[in-house]
Amino acid sequence: MSLTTTDVQKVARLARLSMNAQEIESAREQLSGIFDLIEKMQAVDTSGIEPMSHAQDVSQRLREDNVTENDQREAFQAVAPQVENGLYLVPKVIE
Amino acid sequence: MFESTLKQLGNALRAKEISSVELTQLYLDNISKLNPSLNAYVTVNPDISLAQAREADARIAAGKGEALTGIPIAQKDIFCAKGWLTTCGSKMLHNFVSPYDAHIIQQFNNAGAINIGKTNMDEFAMGSSNETSHYGTVKNPWNTGNVPGGSSGGTAAAVAARLCAAATGTDTGGSIRQPAALCGISGLKPTYGVCSRFGMIAFASSLDQAGPMGRSAEDLALLLNTMAGFDERDSTSLQRDKEDYARDLSKPLDGLRIGLPKEFFAEGLSNDVAQAVEAAIGEYKKLGATVVDIGLPNSKLSVPVYYVLAPAEASSNLSRFDGVRYGYRAPEYDDLADMYEKSRAQGFGEEVKRRIMIGTYVLSHGYYDAYYLQAQKIRRLIAQDFTEAYKHCDIIMGPTSPSTAFKLGEKGDDPVQMYLSDIYTIAVNLAGLPGMSIPCGFGNNDMPVGLQIIGNYFDEARMLNVAHQYQLATDWHNRTPQVL
Repeated sequence: MSLTTTDVQKVARLARLSMNAQEIESAREQLSGIFDLIEKMQAVDTSGIEPMSHAQDVSQRLREDNVTENDQREAFQAVAPQVENGLYLVPKVIE
Repeated sequence: MFESTLKQLGNALRAKEISSVELTQLYLDNISKLNPSLNAYVTVNPDISLAQAREADARIAAGKGEALTGIPIAQKDIFCAKGWLTTCGSKMLHNFVSPYDAHIIQQFNNAGAINIGKTNMDEFAMGSSNETSHYGTVKNPWNTGNVPGGSSGGTAAAVAARLCAAATGTDTGGSIRQPAALCGISGLKPTYGVCSRFGMIAFASSLDQAGPMGRSAEDLALLLNTMAGFDERDSTSLQRDKEDYARDLSKPLDGLRIGLPKEFFAEGLSNDVAQAVEAAIGEYKKLGATVVDIGLPNSKLSVPVYYVLAPAEASSNLSRFDGVRYGYRAPEYDDLADMYEKSRAQGFGEEVKRRIMIGTYVLSHGYYDAYYLQAQKIRRLIAQDFTEAYKHCDIIMGPTSPSTAFKLGEKGDDPVQMYLSDIYTIAVNLAGLPGMSIPCGFGNNDMPVGLQIIGNYFDEARMLNVAHQYQLATDWHNRTPQVL
């Protein structure tokens, strides 16, 4: 399957990856090769087959809505790029 | 000391023949000597390791030593360990000192094991050669011109070169078994859900599973006893009774029915690997096993299915790396969106970006049914093949990898060729089954060959028994690379 430059640009934007024209073209070639491999799936008749997400067919466990963790804000913010007064700093979003 | 089993090391420590501080220092010295050429470790922290060793010695002196107390174990750099740099092989986490412990790390700490260092890996566990690590390629101790396999290549090299007594890995599509095969060591990926994923940096959550890597099946059983267990912080962790994985090691193999999938011995398998695997099957027949031909007709679809599901889950999991809460942030940017895009573009390597893009594409509007849903349906067909096969056999065997360790750089430019090197391991992850690899000989290039052993769900104790009986009868697992 051959992807277009527009396809790859759209995917890069959705994935929040900044890419220049050369990187887009290189990604387009490699992704097209990978999708050739993936397209082999389309020949399989899967009508009536249930999708499988967990081998044991268990359902997701739910827990009581209780506080179980201690406040560790300082420890977690110690590894952040930029914080102030317990808040994460990012570039201004609203003028 | 470096050739001792974990059981022997534990006995020597408890008998005070050696202290944990002495043992830890021996391994740290080995790391200083060999890591510059092998690059198996991203981080060593002698102060922390030796402090743990002193605590272990005190615990042993108090008569409270357990099986792994005082033994130096390496941790794949995918496991968050409090106070340790935890990079996951990525520039994105180049400065991430974890504020908490993964469940697996807690289990080893509770057992009194020593964290001897964090091992190198393919970036975010995406790779089969360790060449995608931001921290440089790991070299195979059997020949430093060859890859160690991946993604747990640093762990495999560290075990093979005696830079730790044993270690941990993770396996999403073969990342424990393939490097174990390529470096001539033993490794086991448990049934999905047996080991907690809490604090293990997520790649593809429905496939990721932690497991032990070591020099023998007997060692793996001891490690798995520490690693396995229910953890409510992992929503897919299974609630099961505690078991002793070493309980069946000494059982004879009389009457064992080994299933050989014809698809695993077809075109694409190197002759030297086929010969070593067939010789191992011959050895099993001598041990009393019988052989049954089986078919896994849908396994040929496992690579395409995997390269939809794993990137889809990865694109979602890796969206958390945005330069805001932890990790890398680009030095210059115009606005918030630009900060996200540049931080991610600069922080992730090529292979990670490629997989994020595949995943984003297959999950995007209009393509979900054709790709993700179709892949999940074929995943069930692949799992059903195994269920059918286990009606006729007790265990499945075959090669772990289609070839022995290839040359560094050999598959660098062609992602599809690299993906196909996991052709025999991926189906096991898709089905959620346990799989392991043990050394069974050498190929034409004098590089190790791995025998893959696939068990039915929760059959780890039987697999370890099957592997241990082979290791009692052969000495492939005791061979040592010349680098030593």
